[in-house]
Amino acid sequence: MTFTIQIENGTEVRNAEADSQRTLYPYVTGTSVVAIKYKDGILMASDMGGSYGSTLRYKNVERMKAIGKHSLLGASGEISDFQEILRYLDELTLNDNMWDDGNSLGPKEVHNYLTRVMYNRRNKFNPLWNTLVLGGVKNGEKYLGMVSMIGVSFEDNHVATGFGNHLARPILRDEWREDLSFEEGVKLLEKCMRVLLYRDRSAINKLQIAKMTEEGVTVSEPYSLKTFWEFKAFTNPTVGAEGSWLYDN
Amino acid sequence: MFRNQYDTDVTTWSPTGRLFQVEYAMEAVKQGSAAIGLRSRSHVVLACVNKAQSELSSHQRKIFKVDDHIGVAIAGLTADGRVLSRYMRSESINHSFTYESPLPVGRLVVHLADKAQVCTQRSWKRPYGVGLLVGGLDESGAHLYYNCPSGNYFEYQAFAIGSRSQAAKTYLERRFESFGDSSREDLIKDAILAVRETLQGETLKSSLCTVAILGVDEPFHFLDQEAIQKVIDTFEKVPEEEEGEDEAEAGAAQPAEQGGAGAGDVAPMEM
Repeated sequence: MTFTIQIENGTEVRNAEADSQRTLYPYVTGTSVVAIKYKDGILMASDMGGSYGSTLRYKNVERMKAIGKHSLLGASGEISDFQEILRYLDELTLNDNMWDDGNSLGPKEVHNYLTRVMYNRRNKFNPLWNTLVLGGVKNGEKYLGMVSMIGVSFEDNHVATGFGNHLARPILRDEWREDLSFEEGVKLLEKCMRVLLYRDRSAINKLQIAKMTEEGVTVSEPYSLKTFWEFKAFTNPTVGAEGSWLYDN
Repeated sequence: MFRNQYDTDVTTWSPTGRLFQVEYAMEAVKQGSAAIGLRSRSHVVLACVNKAQSELSSHQRKIFKVDDHIGVAIAGLTADGRVLSRYMRSESINHSFTYESPLPVGRLVVHLADKAQVCTQRSWKRPYGVGLLVGGLDESGAHLYYNCPSGNYFEYQAFAIGSRSQAAKTYLERRFESFGDSSREDLIKDAILAVRETLQGETLKSSLCTVAILGVDEPFHFLDQEAIQKVIDTFEKVPEEEEGEDEAEAGAAQPAEQGGAGAGDVAPMEM
Protein backbone atom coordinates (compact mmCIF):
# COMPACT_ATOMS: atom_id res chain seq x y z
CA MET A 1 0.00 0.00 0.00
CA THR A 2 1.31 3.47 -0.74
CA PHE A 3 0.34 6.23 1.58
CA THR A 4 0.88 9.56 -0.06
CA ILE A 5 2.01 12.61 1.89
CA GLN A 6 0.94 15.82 0.34
CA ILE A 7 3.62 18.49 0.55
CA GLU A 8 2.56 22.02 -0.06
CA ASN A 9 5.28 23.82 -1.93
CA GLY A 10 4.04 27.31 -2.57
CA THR A 11 1.12 26.81 -4.89
CA GLU A 12 2.17 23.26 -5.83
CA VAL A 13 0.95 20.18 -4.06
CA ARG A 14 3.11 17.13 -4.74
CA ASN A 15 2.76 13.52 -3.69
CA ALA A 16 6.26 12.87 -2.42
CA GLU A 17 5.99 9.13 -2.06
CA ALA A 18 4.22 8.58 -5.33
CA ASP A 19 7.18 9.97 -7.28
CA SER A 20 9.71 7.74 -5.57
CA GLN A 21 7.77 4.73 -6.80
CA ARG A 22 8.40 5.40 -10.47
CA THR A 23 11.49 5.03 -12.63
CA LEU A 24 12.64 8.49 -13.65
CA TYR A 25 16.16 7.92 -14.95
CA PRO A 26 18.61 5.04 -15.17
CA TYR A 27 21.62 4.72 -12.85
CA VAL A 28 23.82 1.77 -13.82
CA THR A 29 23.59 1.16 -17.53
CA GLY A 30 24.90 -1.24 -20.13
CA THR A 31 25.63 -0.08 -23.63
CA SER A 32 24.94 -1.70 -27.02
CA VAL A 33 23.97 -5.28 -27.78
CA VAL A 34 24.35 -6.51 -31.36
CA ALA A 35 22.79 -9.71 -32.67
CA ILE A 36 22.47 -11.49 -36.02
CA LYS A 37 20.86 -14.60 -37.43
CA TYR A 38 23.33 -16.96 -39.02
CA LYS A 39 23.21 -20.37 -40.66
CA ASP A 40 22.70 -22.46 -37.52
CA GLY A 41 20.94 -19.96 -35.28
CA ILE A 42 21.65 -16.68 -33.52
CA LEU A 43 24.86 -14.87 -32.56
CA MET A 44 24.75 -12.09 -30.01
CA ALA A 45 27.56 -9.86 -28.72
CA SER A 46 27.76 -7.40 -25.87
CA ASP A 47 30.49 -5.97 -23.69
CA MET A 48 30.68 -6.47 -19.97
CA GLY A 49 30.51 -2.88 -18.87
CA GLY A 50 28.15 -1.28 -16.36
CA SER A 51 28.47 2.52 -16.45
CA TYR A 52 27.50 4.75 -13.57
CA GLY A 53 26.81 7.91 -15.50
CA SER A 54 30.08 8.74 -17.22
CA THR A 55 32.14 6.47 -14.96
CA LEU A 56 32.93 3.01 -16.32
CA ARG A 57 32.30 1.54 -12.91
CA TYR A 58 31.53 -2.17 -13.31
CA LYS A 59 33.55 -4.33 -15.65
CA ASN A 60 32.12 -7.80 -15.14
CA VAL A 61 28.44 -7.45 -15.96
CA GLU A 62 26.94 -10.31 -17.99
CA ARG A 63 24.33 -8.69 -20.15
CA MET A 64 23.24 -11.81 -22.01
CA LYS A 65 21.41 -14.72 -20.42
CA ALA A 66 19.82 -17.96 -21.61
CA ILE A 67 16.05 -18.22 -21.10
CA GLY A 68 14.51 -21.69 -21.00
CA LYS A 69 15.74 -24.13 -23.62
CA HIS A 70 15.20 -22.05 -26.70
CA SER A 71 15.97 -18.41 -26.08
CA LEU A 72 18.74 -15.91 -25.41
CA LEU A 73 18.11 -12.47 -23.91
CA GLY A 74 20.48 -9.53 -24.19
CA ALA A 75 19.83 -6.16 -22.57
CA SER A 76 21.14 -2.64 -22.63
CA GLY A 77 20.05 0.11 -20.26
CA GLU A 78 19.44 -0.09 -16.53
CA ILE A 79 21.10 -3.21 -15.12
CA SER A 80 18.79 -3.54 -12.12
CA ASP A 81 15.75 -3.53 -14.42
CA PHE A 82 17.42 -6.25 -16.47
CA GLN A 83 17.79 -8.31 -13.31
CA GLU A 84 14.11 -7.72 -12.55
CA ILE A 85 13.19 -8.93 -16.03
CA LEU A 86 15.28 -12.04 -15.48
CA ARG A 87 13.27 -12.72 -12.34
CA TYR A 88 9.98 -12.40 -14.26
CA LEU A 89 11.29 -14.76 -16.92
CA ASP A 90 12.52 -17.17 -14.27
CA GLU A 91 9.01 -17.40 -12.90
CA LEU A 92 7.61 -17.77 -16.40
CA THR A 93 9.94 -20.60 -17.39
CA LEU A 94 9.47 -22.29 -14.03
CA ASN A 95 5.70 -22.39 -14.47
CA ASP A 96 6.13 -23.56 -18.02
CA ASN A 97 8.37 -26.41 -16.90
CA MET A 98 5.99 -27.37 -14.12
CA TRP A 99 3.33 -28.21 -16.69
CA ASP A 100 5.68 -30.99 -17.80
CA ASP A 101 3.55 -31.66 -20.84
CA GLY A 102 5.82 -31.57 -23.84
CA ASN A 103 4.97 -27.99 -24.67
CA SER A 104 7.59 -25.34 -24.09
CA LEU A 105 7.93 -21.58 -24.47
CA GLY A 106 9.73 -20.65 -27.64
CA PRO A 107 11.53 -17.38 -28.44
CA LYS A 108 8.42 -15.95 -30.09
CA GLU A 109 6.37 -16.48 -26.96
CA VAL A 110 9.06 -14.98 -24.71
CA HIS A 111 9.44 -12.00 -27.02
CA ASN A 112 5.73 -11.30 -26.99
CA TYR A 113 5.51 -11.71 -23.24
CA LEU A 114 8.30 -9.17 -22.82
CA THR A 115 6.61 -6.79 -25.25
CA ARG A 116 3.45 -6.91 -23.15
CA VAL A 117 5.39 -6.33 -19.93
CA MET A 118 7.39 -3.40 -21.32
CA TYR A 119 4.39 -1.75 -22.89
CA ASN A 120 2.25 -2.08 -19.78
CA ARG A 121 5.00 -0.59 -17.60
CA ARG A 122 5.34 2.28 -20.07
CA ASN A 123 1.60 2.93 -19.85
CA LYS A 124 1.90 3.28 -16.09
CA PHE A 125 4.75 5.79 -16.54
CA ASN A 126 7.02 3.39 -14.72
CA PRO A 127 9.16 1.82 -17.44
CA LEU A 128 11.78 -0.85 -17.23
CA TRP A 129 14.62 1.19 -18.66
CA ASN A 130 15.97 -1.38 -21.08
CA THR A 131 16.18 -2.24 -24.70
CA LEU A 132 16.02 -5.99 -24.98
CA VAL A 133 17.22 -8.32 -27.69
CA LEU A 134 15.55 -11.71 -27.78
CA GLY A 135 16.91 -14.45 -30.02
CA GLY A 136 16.34 -18.16 -30.24
CA VAL A 137 15.88 -21.31 -32.26
CA LYS A 138 12.98 -23.72 -31.91
CA ASN A 139 12.15 -26.63 -34.16
CA GLY A 140 14.67 -25.38 -36.69
CA GLU A 141 13.12 -21.94 -36.90
CA LYS A 142 15.38 -19.01 -36.06
CA TYR A 143 13.91 -15.99 -34.31
CA LEU A 144 15.45 -12.61 -33.54
CA GLY A 145 13.55 -9.66 -32.13
CA MET A 146 13.86 -6.51 -30.08
CA VAL A 147 11.74 -4.69 -27.50
CA SER A 148 12.38 -1.14 -26.37
CA MET A 149 11.50 0.48 -23.06
CA ILE A 150 8.39 2.04 -24.54
CA GLY A 151 7.16 -1.27 -25.88
CA VAL A 152 8.16 -0.90 -29.52
CA SER A 153 8.82 -4.41 -30.74
CA PHE A 154 9.82 -6.01 -34.00
CA GLU A 155 11.74 -8.87 -35.56
CA ASP A 156 14.58 -8.72 -38.01
CA ASN A 157 17.60 -10.60 -39.35
CA HIS A 158 19.95 -8.35 -37.40
CA VAL A 159 19.25 -6.03 -34.48
CA ALA A 160 21.23 -3.72 -32.24
CA THR A 161 20.50 -1.45 -29.31
CA GLY A 162 21.60 2.06 -28.44
CA PHE A 163 24.70 3.17 -30.29
CA GLY A 164 24.72 -0.12 -32.10
CA ASN A 165 21.74 1.09 -34.10
CA HIS A 166 23.80 3.92 -35.52
CA LEU A 167 27.22 2.30 -35.82
CA ALA A 168 26.66 -1.43 -36.21
CA ARG A 169 23.49 -1.77 -38.24
CA PRO A 170 24.81 0.07 -41.32
CA ILE A 171 27.66 -2.45 -41.40
CA LEU A 172 25.19 -5.30 -41.00
CA ARG A 173 22.92 -3.96 -43.68
CA ASP A 174 25.81 -4.13 -46.13
CA GLU A 175 27.46 -7.33 -45.05
CA TRP A 176 24.83 -9.63 -43.51
CA ARG A 177 23.86 -12.73 -45.47
CA GLU A 178 21.39 -15.51 -44.82
CA ASP A 179 24.00 -18.28 -44.84
CA LEU A 180 26.80 -16.90 -42.69
CA SER A 181 28.91 -19.59 -41.10
CA PHE A 182 29.77 -19.38 -37.41
CA GLU A 183 33.26 -17.99 -38.09
CA GLU A 184 31.96 -15.42 -40.56
CA GLY A 185 29.25 -14.38 -38.11
CA VAL A 186 31.73 -13.90 -35.29
CA LYS A 187 34.02 -11.87 -37.54
CA LEU A 188 31.11 -9.66 -38.56
CA LEU A 189 30.07 -9.09 -34.96
CA GLU A 190 33.64 -8.35 -33.93
CA LYS A 191 33.85 -5.78 -36.70
CA CYS A 192 30.74 -4.08 -35.30
CA MET A 193 31.97 -4.28 -31.72
CA ARG A 194 35.34 -2.81 -32.69
CA VAL A 195 33.68 0.24 -34.24
CA LEU A 196 31.57 0.60 -31.11
CA LEU A 197 34.67 0.29 -28.95
CA TYR A 198 36.39 3.11 -30.83
CA ARG A 199 33.42 5.39 -30.96
CA ASP A 200 31.08 4.68 -27.99
CA ARG A 201 32.43 6.20 -24.81
CA SER A 202 30.52 3.74 -22.62
CA ALA A 203 32.01 0.69 -24.33
CA ILE A 204 34.81 -1.29 -22.68
CA ASN A 205 37.22 -3.72 -24.28
CA LYS A 206 35.88 -6.86 -22.68
CA LEU A 207 33.18 -8.62 -24.60
CA GLN A 208 31.29 -11.88 -24.81
CA ILE A 209 29.73 -13.53 -27.80
CA ALA A 210 26.79 -15.88 -27.28
CA LYS A 211 25.70 -18.58 -29.69
CA MET A 212 22.17 -20.03 -29.78
CA THR A 213 21.43 -23.08 -31.89
CA GLU A 214 18.96 -25.95 -31.76
CA GLU A 215 21.37 -27.70 -29.37
CA GLY A 216 21.36 -24.86 -26.85
CA VAL A 217 23.13 -21.73 -25.69
CA THR A 218 26.86 -21.17 -25.25
CA VAL A 219 28.22 -17.88 -23.93
CA SER A 220 31.89 -17.38 -24.63
CA GLU A 221 34.48 -16.48 -22.03
CA PRO A 222 35.16 -12.74 -21.94
CA TYR A 223 37.89 -11.57 -24.30
CA SER A 224 39.30 -8.37 -25.78
CA LEU A 225 39.53 -7.01 -29.30
CA LYS A 226 42.77 -5.82 -30.82
CA THR A 227 42.77 -2.08 -31.37
CA PHE A 228 45.10 0.26 -33.19
CA TRP A 229 45.56 3.81 -32.12
CA GLU A 230 48.61 4.80 -34.21
CA PHE A 231 46.69 6.25 -37.13
CA LYS A 232 48.43 9.40 -38.30
CA ALA A 233 45.20 11.30 -37.99
CA PHE A 234 45.12 10.59 -34.26
CA THR A 235 48.53 12.18 -33.62
CA ASN A 236 47.36 15.56 -34.80
CA PRO A 237 43.60 15.33 -34.97
CA THR A 238 42.80 18.86 -36.06
CA VAL A 239 44.95 18.90 -39.19
CA GLY A 240 42.76 19.87 -42.10
CA ALA A 241 39.63 20.03 -39.95
CA GLU A 242 36.86 22.44 -40.84
CA GLY A 243 37.73 25.91 -39.53
CA SER A 244 41.24 24.95 -38.38
CA TRP A 245 44.37 26.92 -39.38
CA LEU A 246 46.45 23.75 -39.47
CA TYR A 247 47.02 22.18 -42.83
CA ASP A 248 49.04 19.18 -43.87
CA ASN A 249 50.71 20.45 -47.03
CA MET B 1 -32.12 -42.19 -8.12
CA PHE B 2 -30.39 -42.24 -4.76
CA ARG B 3 -32.59 -40.10 -2.48
CA ASN B 4 -30.78 -40.15 0.81
CA GLN B 5 -29.75 -37.80 3.58
CA TYR B 6 -26.27 -37.04 2.24
CA ASP B 7 -27.23 -35.57 -1.08
CA THR B 8 -28.43 -32.08 -0.14
CA ASP B 9 -25.11 -30.23 -0.22
CA VAL B 10 -22.16 -30.62 -2.51
CA THR B 11 -20.00 -30.12 0.55
CA THR B 12 -21.44 -33.14 2.37
CA TRP B 13 -19.66 -36.47 2.06
CA SER B 14 -21.60 -39.70 2.27
CA PRO B 15 -20.34 -42.38 4.67
CA THR B 16 -19.11 -44.35 1.70
CA GLY B 17 -16.93 -41.44 0.55
CA ARG B 18 -19.11 -40.09 -2.27
CA LEU B 19 -20.27 -36.60 -3.16
CA PHE B 20 -23.78 -37.25 -4.38
CA GLN B 21 -24.37 -33.78 -5.80
CA VAL B 22 -21.41 -34.25 -8.11
CA GLU B 23 -22.75 -37.61 -9.20
CA TYR B 24 -26.17 -36.10 -9.83
CA ALA B 25 -24.47 -33.47 -11.97
CA MET B 26 -22.95 -36.26 -14.04
CA GLU B 27 -26.46 -37.66 -14.46
CA ALA B 28 -27.42 -34.38 -16.11
CA VAL B 29 -24.75 -35.01 -18.71
CA LYS B 30 -26.25 -38.40 -19.47
CA GLN B 31 -29.64 -36.81 -20.11
CA GLY B 32 -28.38 -34.42 -22.79
CA SER B 33 -28.38 -35.41 -26.44
CA ALA B 34 -25.34 -37.25 -27.70
CA ALA B 35 -21.99 -35.75 -28.57
CA ILE B 36 -19.12 -37.70 -30.08
CA GLY B 37 -15.46 -37.00 -30.58
CA LEU B 38 -12.66 -38.91 -32.25
CA ARG B 39 -9.12 -38.14 -33.28
CA SER B 40 -6.31 -39.24 -35.50
CA ARG B 41 -2.72 -38.08 -35.11
CA SER B 42 -3.43 -34.90 -37.02
CA HIS B 43 -7.19 -34.26 -36.87
CA VAL B 44 -10.05 -34.18 -34.40
CA VAL B 45 -13.71 -34.57 -35.42
CA LEU B 46 -16.59 -33.54 -33.16
CA ALA B 47 -20.15 -34.55 -33.98
CA CYS B 48 -23.46 -34.21 -32.22
CA VAL B 49 -27.13 -34.96 -32.60
CA ASN B 50 -29.31 -31.93 -33.21
CA LYS B 51 -32.10 -31.86 -30.68
CA ALA B 52 -34.83 -29.28 -30.94
CA GLN B 53 -37.51 -28.42 -28.38
CA SER B 54 -40.24 -28.69 -30.96
CA GLU B 55 -40.70 -28.68 -34.68
CA LEU B 56 -41.17 -24.92 -34.53
CA SER B 57 -37.87 -24.14 -32.89
CA SER B 58 -34.29 -24.31 -34.09
CA HIS B 59 -31.94 -26.85 -32.58
CA GLN B 60 -29.55 -26.11 -29.74
CA ARG B 61 -25.96 -25.35 -30.53
CA LYS B 62 -23.77 -27.97 -28.93
CA ILE B 63 -20.45 -27.49 -30.71
CA PHE B 64 -18.47 -24.30 -30.18
CA LYS B 65 -15.32 -22.95 -31.70
CA VAL B 66 -12.93 -21.92 -28.97
CA ASP B 67 -10.05 -20.93 -31.23
CA ASP B 68 -8.73 -21.87 -34.63
CA HIS B 69 -7.11 -24.90 -33.08
CA ILE B 70 -9.62 -25.85 -30.35
CA GLY B 71 -13.29 -26.83 -30.48
CA VAL B 72 -15.67 -28.19 -27.86
CA ALA B 73 -18.82 -30.32 -27.99
CA ILE B 74 -21.09 -30.34 -24.95
CA ALA B 75 -23.81 -32.53 -23.47
CA GLY B 76 -26.02 -31.66 -20.56
CA LEU B 77 -27.10 -28.21 -19.38
CA THR B 78 -26.36 -26.21 -22.48
CA ALA B 79 -26.45 -22.95 -20.54
CA ASP B 80 -23.56 -24.15 -18.39
CA GLY B 81 -21.87 -25.29 -21.57
CA ARG B 82 -22.19 -21.87 -23.12
CA VAL B 83 -20.67 -20.19 -20.08
CA LEU B 84 -17.75 -22.60 -20.02
CA SER B 85 -17.18 -22.12 -23.74
CA ARG B 86 -16.97 -18.41 -23.14
CA TYR B 87 -14.40 -19.04 -20.41
CA MET B 88 -12.38 -21.23 -22.76
CA ARG B 89 -12.47 -18.61 -25.50
CA SER B 90 -11.35 -16.01 -23.03
CA GLU B 91 -8.42 -18.10 -21.78
CA SER B 92 -7.42 -18.93 -25.31
CA ILE B 93 -7.48 -15.39 -26.55
CA ASN B 94 -5.63 -14.04 -23.49
CA HIS B 95 -2.86 -16.55 -24.10
CA SER B 96 -2.72 -15.68 -27.80
CA PHE B 97 -2.49 -12.00 -26.94
CA THR B 98 0.32 -12.36 -24.43
CA TYR B 99 2.39 -14.98 -26.22
CA GLU B 100 1.21 -14.66 -29.82
CA SER B 101 0.99 -18.40 -29.87
CA PRO B 102 -1.94 -20.83 -29.63
CA LEU B 103 -2.77 -22.11 -26.16
CA PRO B 104 -1.90 -25.83 -25.97
CA VAL B 105 -5.18 -27.69 -25.54
CA GLY B 106 -3.77 -29.81 -22.70
CA ARG B 107 -3.28 -26.71 -20.58
CA LEU B 108 -6.73 -25.30 -21.37
CA VAL B 109 -8.30 -28.55 -20.26
CA VAL B 110 -6.51 -28.39 -16.92
CA HIS B 111 -7.73 -24.81 -16.35
CA LEU B 112 -11.25 -26.01 -17.12
CA ALA B 113 -10.97 -28.96 -14.78
CA ASP B 114 -9.66 -26.76 -11.97
CA LYS B 115 -12.59 -24.42 -12.50
CA ALA B 116 -15.03 -27.31 -12.26
CA GLN B 117 -13.33 -28.61 -9.11
CA VAL B 118 -13.93 -25.31 -7.34
CA CYS B 119 -17.65 -25.87 -7.69
CA THR B 120 -17.39 -29.19 -5.93
CA GLN B 121 -15.88 -27.63 -2.82
CA ARG B 122 -17.96 -24.52 -2.11
CA SER B 123 -21.23 -24.66 -0.28
CA TRP B 124 -22.60 -21.66 -2.18
CA LYS B 125 -21.94 -23.14 -5.61
CA ARG B 126 -23.17 -26.10 -7.58
CA PRO B 127 -21.22 -28.27 -10.02
CA TYR B 128 -21.51 -27.46 -13.71
CA GLY B 129 -24.06 -29.79 -15.26
CA VAL B 130 -22.30 -30.26 -18.55
CA GLY B 131 -19.76 -32.67 -20.00
CA LEU B 132 -17.30 -31.26 -22.50
CA LEU B 133 -15.50 -33.03 -25.29
CA VAL B 134 -12.57 -30.77 -26.04
CA GLY B 135 -10.65 -31.36 -29.24
CA GLY B 136 -7.54 -29.40 -30.04
CA LEU B 137 -3.92 -29.20 -31.09
CA ASP B 138 -0.68 -28.68 -29.27
CA GLU B 139 2.98 -29.28 -30.07
CA SER B 140 2.57 -33.04 -30.05
CA GLY B 141 -0.39 -33.18 -32.43
CA ALA B 142 -4.15 -33.64 -32.12
CA HIS B 143 -5.82 -34.44 -28.80
CA LEU B 144 -9.31 -35.20 -27.51
CA TYR B 145 -10.24 -34.72 -23.88
CA TYR B 146 -13.38 -35.25 -21.85
CA ASN B 147 -14.08 -32.83 -18.99
CA CYS B 148 -16.46 -34.00 -16.29
CA PRO B 149 -18.58 -31.97 -13.83
CA SER B 150 -16.51 -33.64 -11.11
CA GLY B 151 -13.40 -31.76 -12.20
CA ASN B 152 -11.77 -34.81 -13.71
CA TYR B 153 -10.50 -34.89 -17.22
CA PHE B 154 -9.33 -37.75 -19.38
CA GLU B 155 -7.68 -38.03 -22.75
CA TYR B 156 -9.37 -40.20 -25.33
CA GLN B 157 -8.81 -41.60 -28.79
CA ALA B 158 -12.57 -41.51 -29.23
CA PHE B 159 -15.48 -40.93 -26.87
CA ALA B 160 -19.22 -40.34 -26.75
CA ILE B 161 -21.35 -38.67 -24.08
CA GLY B 162 -25.04 -37.97 -23.59
CA SER B 163 -28.12 -40.07 -24.09
CA ARG B 164 -27.75 -43.36 -25.96
CA SER B 165 -24.02 -42.73 -26.13
CA GLN B 166 -23.31 -46.33 -25.13
CA ALA B 167 -24.28 -47.48 -28.63
CA ALA B 168 -21.82 -45.04 -30.14
CA LYS B 169 -19.13 -46.06 -27.64
CA THR B 170 -19.58 -49.70 -28.60
CA TYR B 171 -19.11 -48.78 -32.24
CA LEU B 172 -16.05 -46.70 -31.45
CA GLU B 173 -14.54 -49.40 -29.24
CA ARG B 174 -14.57 -51.75 -32.19
CA ARG B 175 -12.76 -49.30 -34.45
CA PHE B 176 -10.62 -46.95 -32.33
CA GLU B 177 -7.31 -48.71 -32.85
CA SER B 178 -7.27 -47.65 -36.47
CA PHE B 179 -8.17 -44.03 -35.83
CA GLY B 180 -4.62 -42.88 -35.19
CA ASP B 181 -3.67 -43.33 -38.81
CA SER B 182 -7.08 -42.60 -40.30
CA SER B 183 -7.36 -40.18 -43.14
CA ARG B 184 -9.42 -37.08 -42.57
CA GLU B 185 -12.30 -38.43 -44.65
CA ASP B 186 -12.40 -41.78 -42.83
CA LEU B 187 -12.46 -39.97 -39.52
CA ILE B 188 -15.48 -37.93 -40.58
CA LYS B 189 -17.23 -41.03 -41.81
CA ASP B 190 -16.61 -42.84 -38.55
CA ALA B 191 -17.94 -39.87 -36.62
CA ILE B 192 -21.17 -39.81 -38.60
CA LEU B 193 -21.55 -43.57 -38.32
CA ALA B 194 -21.15 -43.26 -34.56
CA VAL B 195 -23.87 -40.59 -34.51
CA ARG B 196 -26.08 -42.96 -36.42
CA GLU B 197 -25.64 -45.57 -33.70
CA THR B 198 -27.12 -43.21 -31.12
CA LEU B 199 -30.18 -42.59 -33.26
CA GLN B 200 -31.05 -46.29 -32.99
CA GLY B 201 -33.32 -46.82 -35.89
CA GLU B 202 -34.13 -43.25 -36.79
CA THR B 203 -33.06 -42.43 -40.31
CA LEU B 204 -29.84 -40.55 -40.45
CA LYS B 205 -30.14 -37.23 -42.26
CA SER B 206 -27.72 -34.37 -42.48
CA SER B 207 -30.23 -32.14 -40.70
CA LEU B 208 -30.05 -34.38 -37.65
CA CYS B 209 -26.37 -33.99 -36.99
CA THR B 210 -23.69 -31.30 -36.79
CA VAL B 211 -20.09 -32.16 -37.59
CA ALA B 212 -17.00 -30.05 -37.02
CA ILE B 213 -13.36 -30.77 -37.74
CA LEU B 214 -9.96 -29.30 -36.95
CA GLY B 215 -6.49 -30.44 -37.86
CA VAL B 216 -2.82 -29.61 -38.02
CA ASP B 217 -3.24 -27.57 -41.21
CA GLU B 218 -6.93 -26.99 -40.92
CA PRO B 219 -8.54 -24.42 -38.62
CA PHE B 220 -11.68 -25.40 -36.76
CA HIS B 221 -14.77 -25.21 -38.92
CA PHE B 222 -18.19 -26.82 -39.33
CA LEU B 223 -18.97 -29.10 -42.25
CA ASP B 224 -21.94 -27.86 -44.21
CA GLN B 225 -25.08 -29.91 -44.68
CA GLU B 226 -24.18 -30.90 -48.23
CA ALA B 227 -20.83 -32.33 -47.24
CA ILE B 228 -22.42 -34.31 -44.41
CA GLN B 229 -25.16 -35.61 -46.64
CA LYS B 230 -22.58 -36.73 -49.21
CA VAL B 231 -20.86 -38.86 -46.57
CA ILE B 232 -24.19 -40.25 -45.39
CA ASP B 233 -25.01 -41.19 -48.96
CA THR B 234 -21.94 -43.34 -49.28
CA PHE B 235 -23.25 -45.80 -46.70
CA GLU B 236 -26.94 -45.16 -46.17
CA LYS B 237 -28.53 -47.20 -48.93
CA VAL B 238 -31.36 -48.82 -46.98
CA PRO B 239 -31.98 -47.84 -43.36
CA GLU B 240 -31.43 -51.36 -41.93
CA GLU B 241 -28.02 -51.86 -43.53
CA GLU B 242 -25.05 -51.65 -41.11
CA GLU B 243 -21.69 -51.39 -42.88
CA GLY B 244 -22.36 -49.82 -46.25
CA GLU B 245 -18.91 -48.98 -47.51
CA ASP B 246 -19.76 -49.26 -51.24
CA GLU B 247 -19.98 -46.47 -53.77
CA ALA B 248 -23.00 -44.21 -53.50
CA GLU B 249 -26.27 -45.51 -54.83
CA ALA B 250 -28.26 -42.57 -56.03
CA GLY B 251 -29.15 -42.05 -52.36
CA ALA B 252 -32.00 -39.60 -52.58
CA ALA B 253 -30.86 -36.82 -50.31
CA GLN B 254 -33.92 -35.93 -48.29
CA PRO B 255 -34.72 -32.24 -48.15
CA ALA B 256 -33.17 -30.86 -44.97
CA GLU B 257 -35.90 -30.48 -42.39
CA GLN B 258 -35.69 -28.23 -39.38
CA GLY B 259 -35.79 -29.99 -36.05
CA GLY B 260 -35.34 -33.58 -37.25
CA ALA B 261 -38.07 -36.09 -37.93
CA GLY B 262 -39.74 -37.92 -35.06
CA ALA B 263 -39.06 -41.54 -34.26
CA GLY B 264 -42.23 -42.75 -35.90
CA ASP B 265 -40.83 -42.41 -39.41
CA VAL B 266 -41.71 -45.07 -41.91
CA ALA B 267 -38.58 -46.21 -43.73
CA PRO B 268 -38.69 -44.36 -47.05
CA MET B 269 -37.69 -45.94 -50.32
CA GLU B 270 -34.24 -44.60 -51.00
CA MET B 271 -33.38 -46.39 -54.22
